[in-house]
Amino acid sequence: MIEKLLHLDRRVIFVFIALAVGVPMVGGWKFDQGSNPRTTAVHKYIEDLPDRSVVLLCFDYGPASMPELQPMALAIAQHVLSRDLRLVCMTTYPDAPLLIEDTLATVVERLEKEKGIKREDGKDYVNLGYRPGLVNVILGMSADIGAVWKTDFNDRRYGDLAVTKGVRTFKDVGLVIDLASSSTPGAWVVYAHERYKVKVACGVTAVMAQDYYPYLQTHQLVGMLNGMKGAAEYEKLVGLESDASKAMGPQSCAHFLIIALVIFGNIVYAVSRRRARRQTP
Amino acid sequence: MPEHILGLSTEAIGIWIAALLTLAIYSFLYRDNPVYKFAEHLFVGISAGYGVGITYQQVVIDLIYKPLLRPAEVGALAPDYLVIVPTILGALMFLRFSRKHGWLARWPICLVMGYGAGAAIPATVQNMLEHTRYTMQPLVPFNTETQGYEWAAGISMFIMVIAVVTTLAYFYFSKEHKGALGTAGRIGIYFLMIAFGAGFGNTVMARISLLIGRFQFMFYDWWPLVVGIFHRG
Amino acid sequence: MKIRVPLALTFVTALVMIAVFFTPHRLGSYVQSELSDWMAVIGGLGLVLGLISLLQRHLRKIAHRQQDWPYSFVTVASFLLMAVLGVGWGVQDESVFNWIFSNAYLPLDATMFSILAFFVASAAFRTFRARSAEAALLLTAALVVMFGRVPWGQLLFEQSPMVAEWVMSSPALGAKRAILLGVSLGGIAMSLRIILGIERSHLGGDG
Repeated sequence: MIEKLLHLDRRVIFVFIALAVGVPMVGGWKFDQGSNPRTTAVHKYIEDLPDRSVVLLCFDYGPASMPELQPMALAIAQHVLSRDLRLVCMTTYPDAPLLIEDTLATVVERLEKEKGIKREDGKDYVNLGYRPGLVNVILGMSADIGAVWKTDFNDRRYGDLAVTKGVRTFKDVGLVIDLASSSTPGAWVVYAHERYKVKVACGVTAVMAQDYYPYLQTHQLVGMLNGMKGAAEYEKLVGLESDASKAMGPQSCAHFLIIALVIFGNIVYAVSRRRARRQTP
Repeated sequence: MPEHILGLSTEAIGIWIAALLTLAIYSFLYRDNPVYKFAEHLFVGISAGYGVGITYQQVVIDLIYKPLLRPAEVGALAPDYLVIVPTILGALMFLRFSRKHGWLARWPICLVMGYGAGAAIPATVQNMLEHTRYTMQPLVPFNTETQGYEWAAGISMFIMVIAVVTTLAYFYFSKEHKGALGTAGRIGIYFLMIAFGAGFGNTVMARISLLIGRFQFMFYDWWPLVVGIFHRG
Repeated sequence: MKIRVPLALTFVTALVMIAVFFTPHRLGSYVQSELSDWMAVIGGLGLVLGLISLLQRHLRKIAHRQQDWPYSFVTVASFLLMAVLGVGWGVQDESVFNWIFSNAYLPLDATMFSILAFFVASAAFRTFRARSAEAALLLTAALVVMFGRVPWGQLLFEQSPMVAEWVMSSPALGAKRAILLGVSLGGIAMSLRIILGIERSHLGGDG
């Protein structure tokens, strides 16, 4: 029995994990989200920004990280656009410009339908599109944002847009939020915040989150949204119940399954080792 | 893109294609098979072609063609002839396929390396000093609002400082790890294990989140279409 | 010419970037802005170079009828389709290019990575063994964080999120900061080696 368990076909475990995720999802299990001070800090900073301040939202991720970062993008964009702030979106990932279009379209439609708030492309928000590189983009924007983004994703001139009027360098940006699946927030902190003192916050996949705790302790980051849980916390703060909030039930169940598998796996291993020691003379 | 094709909504067709491709990839969990291989190679081709399309529109057109030949469209008064230089340098990179002239591809690479190295040094030093500063904090902070010492924060800070010092000791390989350095290195390993363990915990969360994302698509977007077919039938 | 010019180019560009860092003058801003554009153009064309290499590899596979060559046909066909659509008809919201991105590329990319969840679960049972004190400490930290990061954890033990947060912001933070400092020092050393021409691996073959 122990030997069978030690060499259990992994497809059996695949079935368990699929059930652990699928059953709570079908059952619609919901849980109250706590709040995390790192997430609340980002929300509070946006709340306290003066009207018509510019929030620069960077979509530095691709489709592979969408489940964690797209809910953050939707929640933050909704928060910014529900206040009288200007949302400027950009990316250094080639996969992301179309994700930005999709995000903005979804949020604008939702705000109009559910809250009766109308926001105008070019006046309240804009998708600047994609530029290759990262350090060069940040350093170029520090000198002149309009020189890096001569036109937006829809071929309108930067200087002609009301949303970017008077936004020349980082001094004119209220907050930079980098949604990232890699080490791009570190570059924003080092090249934008350290040199030009623009405030930076980030939303990262859970894999990357631990790497940015040092930056939070040094106050180089205003705050951080950590993975799908961070997205769910932000959704709660803006009064949205969407994908991330609905995911907490399956997430909990899957975590407990993995914890159980680790513990059970180690028990099986310890028992098999003890038996092997007893059998050897 | 038309809204309907052959009487079917393009949105519904898209969802079906996405669902079938998702199932094709998941078929790998049972075992490697031709359906999975087809989906995998399709993914590689589409992502490469996507890169070409996006680069053409956002780099070639927006950064080269318009500034040079249609300056009014980018808000410039005159053509930006300087853009010819990086265009030529970028084109030189394609010479790496030539045995005779491949050495010319080094020029743009070296320019990029010099740019990155030059930008990195002062910025990295600045960042390092900031992190060093925040490691040298009062071991028992005094809260001026409550007029009391924050012992709990002090203990955490103390542990953090020990973690930094001992982990750095572990990574110092210029001296043999014996005596005090050896002990410090061993303690550093324990802190590294805690950090990697925390990272692993977060990684599990991230991976599960990706799976949840796909399941949400299958349950909330695709499954209603499947049920709809049975109801119509 | 083949070695000295590239090395000189590296040296001069790096010096310019360091000088610009300390130059609040308008000229410094102009140089920074111009070089940023240059890097974007070179970087963008470099991406295309990589994609062409990929295309070459698959075309060679088809030409020589190597193993799994029909699948390479799928790769080349889909590559050409997307490239032609993107170049010829644009990449905007209502384009066919965008439709294929949303309904083929996006689900394929997301699903590829979501498979990792199954392998993590399998590895949790079959390979994550507490064979030593260090491994036990790693697993304990992982379990504490996993427990504290989900609502069920808080329902069972109210302080679990606080404990998980403490683990990440005190002992783990210290270790990560040490790694960050070490990597920063290494990065500075490597940058100096590149600037001074000691490190030449980026020059390729006879560099």
